[in-house]
Amino acid sequence: MKRLLSTLALAGVFGLSAAGAQAAKLDQVKSKGFIQCGVSQGLPGFSTPDDKGNWTGLDVDFCRAVAAAIFDDPTKVKFTPLSAKDRFTALQSGDIDILSRNTTWTITRDTSLGLNFTGVTYYDGQGFMIRKDKKVNSALELSGASVCTQTGTTTEQNLADYFRANNMTYEVIAFATNDEVVKAYDAGRCDVLTTDRSGLAGERLKLTNPDDHIVLPEVISKEPLGPVVSHGDDQWFDIVKWVLFAQLNAEELGVSSKNLDEQAKSANPEIKRLLGSEGKFGEGMGLTNDWGYRIIKHVGNYAEMYDRNVGPDTPLKLARGTNALWNKGGLQYGMPIR
Amino acid sequence: MAELVESARGKPPGTSFVNDPKVRSIVLQLLALIVVVVLGWMFVDNARENLAAQKIATGFGFLDNTAGFGISQTLVPYTETSTYGRAFIVGLLNTLLVAVVGIILATVIGFLVGVGRLSKNFVVRTLSATYVEVLRNLPPLFQILFWYLAVLSALPSPRQSISLFGEFFLSNRGIIVPRPLFGEGTALVLWTTGFAILATVLLSSWSSARREETGRGLPMGRIGAVILIGLPLAAMASTGFPITFESPELKGFNFVGGVRVIPEFVALTLALSTYTAAFIAENVRSGIQSVSHGQTEAAHSLGLRSGQTLRLVVIPQAMRVIIPPLTSQYLNLTKNSSLAVGIGYPDLVAVFAGTTLNQTGQAIEIIAVTMGVYLVLSIITSVIMNAYNRRVALVER
Repeated sequence: MKRLLSTLALAGVFGLSAAGAQAAKLDQVKSKGFIQCGVSQGLPGFSTPDDKGNWTGLDVDFCRAVAAAIFDDPTKVKFTPLSAKDRFTALQSGDIDILSRNTTWTITRDTSLGLNFTGVTYYDGQGFMIRKDKKVNSALELSGASVCTQTGTTTEQNLADYFRANNMTYEVIAFATNDEVVKAYDAGRCDVLTTDRSGLAGERLKLTNPDDHIVLPEVISKEPLGPVVSHGDDQWFDIVKWVLFAQLNAEELGVSSKNLDEQAKSANPEIKRLLGSEGKFGEGMGLTNDWGYRIIKHVGNYAEMYDRNVGPDTPLKLARGTNALWNKGGLQYGMPIR
Repeated sequence: MAELVESARGKPPGTSFVNDPKVRSIVLQLLALIVVVVLGWMFVDNARENLAAQKIATGFGFLDNTAGFGISQTLVPYTETSTYGRAFIVGLLNTLLVAVVGIILATVIGFLVGVGRLSKNFVVRTLSATYVEVLRNLPPLFQILFWYLAVLSALPSPRQSISLFGEFFLSNRGIIVPRPLFGEGTALVLWTTGFAILATVLLSSWSSARREETGRGLPMGRIGAVILIGLPLAAMASTGFPITFESPELKGFNFVGGVRVIPEFVALTLALSTYTAAFIAENVRSGIQSVSHGQTEAAHSLGLRSGQTLRLVVIPQAMRVIIPPLTSQYLNLTKNSSLAVGIGYPDLVAVFAGTTLNQTGQAIEIIAVTMGVYLVLSIITSVIMNAYNRRVALVER
């Protein structure tokens, strides 16, 4: 009894102290020497480990860019694979510093989960994939279909809304992980697989015969995917937010990892501010002034990050579309560095 | 001896109440209780404060909000416009369905295999032993996935479904059977059926009481069959057969009409009941072996046949040993049903601690409620099984 009591008392004190004072996230990250980054359990193009355990993908590269800005070393990241339903809890409890896991920015998530979305790394929308031999050309022909999806995502609600709005019936089977969804769809349990269209492009590669399946043209929702941080640390929020803006501005100014040293000599004041030879923007965030230079050197600008992971030359073959820069007909817009 | 114990427990004359063991134990227990309650309250209060500081929503108001997602198997009416509270009930009932059907199946299979392990027949004995050793040594999640993916891949698509009389269909969308439609006069039929069941039960208990007294019972098998089939049939005939069946029909992607048993339910129930049955079989075997062989010999010498010996002498005594570990197996099955999320069966964990949690983000409340539900389910099972255990336990004279 005595031992039980003392254990309880200890747990109580620990619980209280842990909840008390918190150091700034940047200082915590600097002292532990790496960023803990929450990613998916394997989504080609966004975050997926290769056979040697190295993570690659757009979401992975973004975390590497933050590490480059802080440590001048893109390898100082540790990745935590998370299922869709565990991701926010991991961030809320402080297990991870950044959640970069193709996460849709919605009002519920932004306002009631204690989280902040820092920007949009990929503008997406939900779509449907179906076997070619079902001879369906439009999502409006899907009434009565069985639909496989992943639980803990925005897709379940979008799906319900879309079928209800179009007066169609459906059956939803929701699985805990992506791999289970793909297996069940491949085994014929459902007619349709639904998730974000970028996700469909990635999942298709995992099917037995990827060419037997098509993605229907309808986009049934807006899915702005972006990195997320916890409430309560504005400095950390600023850093993560501006890493993406730096990459977007670099693309706009034509600065890439290939021409970086050439561009560093440029007289263009915008490039000078981005790369830190003019102004003290890095110090304002608690970083060094060459933070932008570090990001471009190690990870590259937004276009490089996009093309390398999901672009037309990758197995995903995703055109820039809405993810082109604002001055090229897309939505990506880096806030000015000045 | 008794006096000695008495005087040791009682308060020796001349000591203060500080040294009274009774007072001390009460005070200590009270103190412990206060510490636990205060600590608990501090945890709750601390969590609430921190959540508020981080602007994370708290409370149970979300249960009245619109859920907005679909569920593939609903035992009570549910649509996307229902509330999260309703979704909770749907998930709870789905969990209960798997638990109840699974427990019944597991008990039946477990008893058969357990008795089979003691059979004199080599084939039956070896098969039973193999069953137990294979099934109890593989992880349950693995077995669930096996049943799901192996069975699913083997089954044809809805268009090529295996059909029985053009009314029953088997495909990778599940088992589709005709849906009963209840017309006018159904109530009478149902009441009559209920009455027939009650009458059979009463009659058979009267019959066995009479057999105990006089050694002559009624031929209950035949009488029961006549009552159970005859009465409802008569009622149906008199009301003009009010229960009709709606045949399932293939329209577009899936079958329309009829009742569908989804493959997730079949896979989960099969996997859980066969897995748990392996453990129950061992419980049954140990129970039977705990009854001394002298009992069997005594029964035989009284003229009872082998089957009667097993049914009337051995099993009732074996039950005393079987029941307590059987309760644990029932609890395990209920808790293992939460592995459903792996194959997309909409149980409580998938619907409530999965989708609802994700959409509302209220992890603490939802996980607490989910844990509470499993706790309550387990306690109810324990209470029922303990009551049954008291009935079959050895009554010492």
